[in-house]
Amino acid sequence: MTSAPFIPIQSYLVVSVLLFAIGLVGVFTRRNAIAVLLGIELMLNAANINFVAFWRYSGGAQMEGQVFTVVIITVAAAEAAIALAIILNVYRRFRTVNVDQINLMKG
Amino acid sequence: MLGGYTLLLIPGFPFIAFVLIAALLLRRGERVAPFVLIAALLGSLSLSIFSLALTEGQKSFSTALTWLQVGSVTLEVGVLIDGLSCIMMIVVCTVSLLVQIYSIGYMKGETGYGRYFAYMSLFSGAMLGLVIADNIAQTYIFWELVGICSYLLIGFWYRRPSAAAAAKKAFVVTRFGDLGFLTAILILSFQHHGLLGPHSVFGFRQLEHLVSSGAIATGAATVIALLLFSGAVGKSAQFPLHIWLPDAMEGPTPVSALIHAATMVAAGVYLVARTYFIFAAAPAALFVVAIIGMTTLFLAATMGVAENDIKRVLAYSTISQLGYMMLALGVGGYAAGVFHLTTHAFFKALLFLTAGSVIHAVHTNDMWQMGGLIRRMPITALTCLVGALALAGIFPLSGFWSKDAVLSAIWSSHLPGHQVMFVFALIGVALTAFYMFRLWFVTFAGRPRTEAAAHAHESPLVMTAPLLLLALLAAVAGGLEFRVPLTAGGIAEVVHSGTGPETASALVIAASFLLAMAGIGVAWAAYREQHISPGAFNARFPGVYHLLKNAWYLNRAWELFASRVVIAGSRLAAWFDRHIVNGMVDGVAWLAGWTANRLRTAQTGQMQFYALVFICAIIAGLIVVFGRDQTLLALVMRRP
Repeated sequence: MTSAPFIPIQSYLVVSVLLFAIGLVGVFTRRNAIAVLLGIELMLNAANINFVAFWRYSGGAQMEGQVFTVVIITVAAAEAAIALAIILNVYRRFRTVNVDQINLMKG
Repeated sequence: MLGGYTLLLIPGFPFIAFVLIAALLLRRGERVAPFVLIAALLGSLSLSIFSLALTEGQKSFSTALTWLQVGSVTLEVGVLIDGLSCIMMIVVCTVSLLVQIYSIGYMKGETGYGRYFAYMSLFSGAMLGLVIADNIAQTYIFWELVGICSYLLIGFWYRRPSAAAAAKKAFVVTRFGDLGFLTAILILSFQHHGLLGPHSVFGFRQLEHLVSSGAIATGAATVIALLLFSGAVGKSAQFPLHIWLPDAMEGPTPVSALIHAATMVAAGVYLVARTYFIFAAAPAALFVVAIIGMTTLFLAATMGVAENDIKRVLAYSTISQLGYMMLALGVGGYAAGVFHLTTHAFFKALLFLTAGSVIHAVHTNDMWQMGGLIRRMPITALTCLVGALALAGIFPLSGFWSKDAVLSAIWSSHLPGHQVMFVFALIGVALTAFYMFRLWFVTFAGRPRTEAAAHAHESPLVMTAPLLLLALLAAVAGGLEFRVPLTAGGIAEVVHSGTGPETASALVIAASFLLAMAGIGVAWAAYREQHISPGAFNARFPGVYHLLKNAWYLNRAWELFASRVVIAGSRLAAWFDRHIVNGMVDGVAWLAGWTANRLRTAQTGQMQFYALVFICAIIAGLIVVFGRDQTLLALVMRRP
């Protein structure tokens, strides 16, 4: 743990940025609500990677990075449960989970 | 020693009576209503006499409570007790009291008996409130309140279209004048910013102090005085706003006696007398007052000559006498004007009540359907004679003293053109005597001209007793002049220095007495002995006859004015309102709608679009923040 890591932090950040970008594009472009949800999960995990990486490269004395990550995983699980429930209800109401067909809020 | 606030009970008693009658006695117990009011008026009368005793030795005092404070404008409710307000209050209470007693008989069996006394209570309270007010804003409130009472009582028989129309006319015409009054108050409320600190000044005594210390310039005083006078012109039925008063005779006769002869119509004169210090500082305004008074007294007297409705003759006479009062005030005869107001209140109320008694017996207003009533109704006829003699100004009745005081004031005035005014006033004296005795001879002398007149009965005691009391007052009220301290407060001296209390010179007395006798003589010759034929006169001078008969066509002139000028002005105002004022509001609404229509396209309902906007905004925000602060970016990007 105390020895300097071999892989530089930039690599982790690149992975994290890619993951975040993939998630973002997924949220913007996918029509299926579940796919949108998947995109959100990817973005959350990108954040997790950032937390862990920065925790590791900042000396690793305190546990905040890991604690945050655990909290985020928990929140992501809860969020997935709620989101799936919402999607289920949306499906019952509209007979579709296609988000671009659900536009009742159109002005 | 009673506190000053106790005197608020003078208007307070009738108001309490009004609430009692309106709340409790309208449905059942109408018969008690007049007694409640009479008790209240007795209370007010005794307090008024008490306050007159307080002013002994020319003292005057005022107390006020703060009622409202809006910004820098403070409104107060207060009492101002001096000779003027005390005389006026006693006159109002006395006449009102007698009129109410008379009304018990006159209004007996009328539907709305309780309503009548409720209105009368409201009127009495409002009138006393107007008189006792110590500031101009309070005066204005009660001024409008007596106006609305007048409206309600003229239209008392509201099912009769002519009564409803007359009530409306009275209300609308006086509104022309009241507009000026209100404007004067508004000017006063702004006039003193910067002069006397942050507070506006409404109190009469503060205003008087301001005027006497020269804080109000002559120009401003003239404007304020003229605006106040326009209110007085409306209320006191002066030319050219006099046209409502003859029509106001549609109301019950006791109402005419109280409101349209003795008290409310005198409120205009009272207002001028009350704010006389402003007029005294503005000679031009006084001149206007005198001119209007002169015009009114002459025109109205000539109109009275050709009128056949007994009440309308008296109405023209009232207008004419109010003109005398205004003229007296205008030429600087403050005491004379107020004195004439007092005596006129008694004898004109008396004349109206006798007219009411006659109408009650004969059921018509047309004098030519009466005649010979002196044998059937001796008390009415004799008390009417007392009133007529007093009005004509025959020694030693009250009208003689007050009319000569007015004439002397005009004679000894220093106003330019006072000689012309004096001549018109003298012609007015002759005309007054003539139309009054024309009325008396046609109504009471000769033979009955109709069945109803032949079988008329004297009114009951409840009506004749007030007549007798008023006749007594009309006879002896002339003695008041020397009893009551009229605290003009150095004003009279300001106007015409050197002339103290007006003393009637022998010449003036002789001239007016002879002219009055001449007027009576002509009336006697024409309408009693028929030596002169009025019909022949009318046939010989049809122009004069029609001019007088149609009251100088002034009603027609007003109708034309209303239908042309006012309507055209209203059209213009309506167009402005509809297209400019409304247009601006509509324009704002249209602009909002247009913008909303443009903006609504942004609301796609597509959740992903919102998220895209959201992210773009964050990125833009980050660029702004980090673009400004390179060190932050460097910190983030620093290698470990």
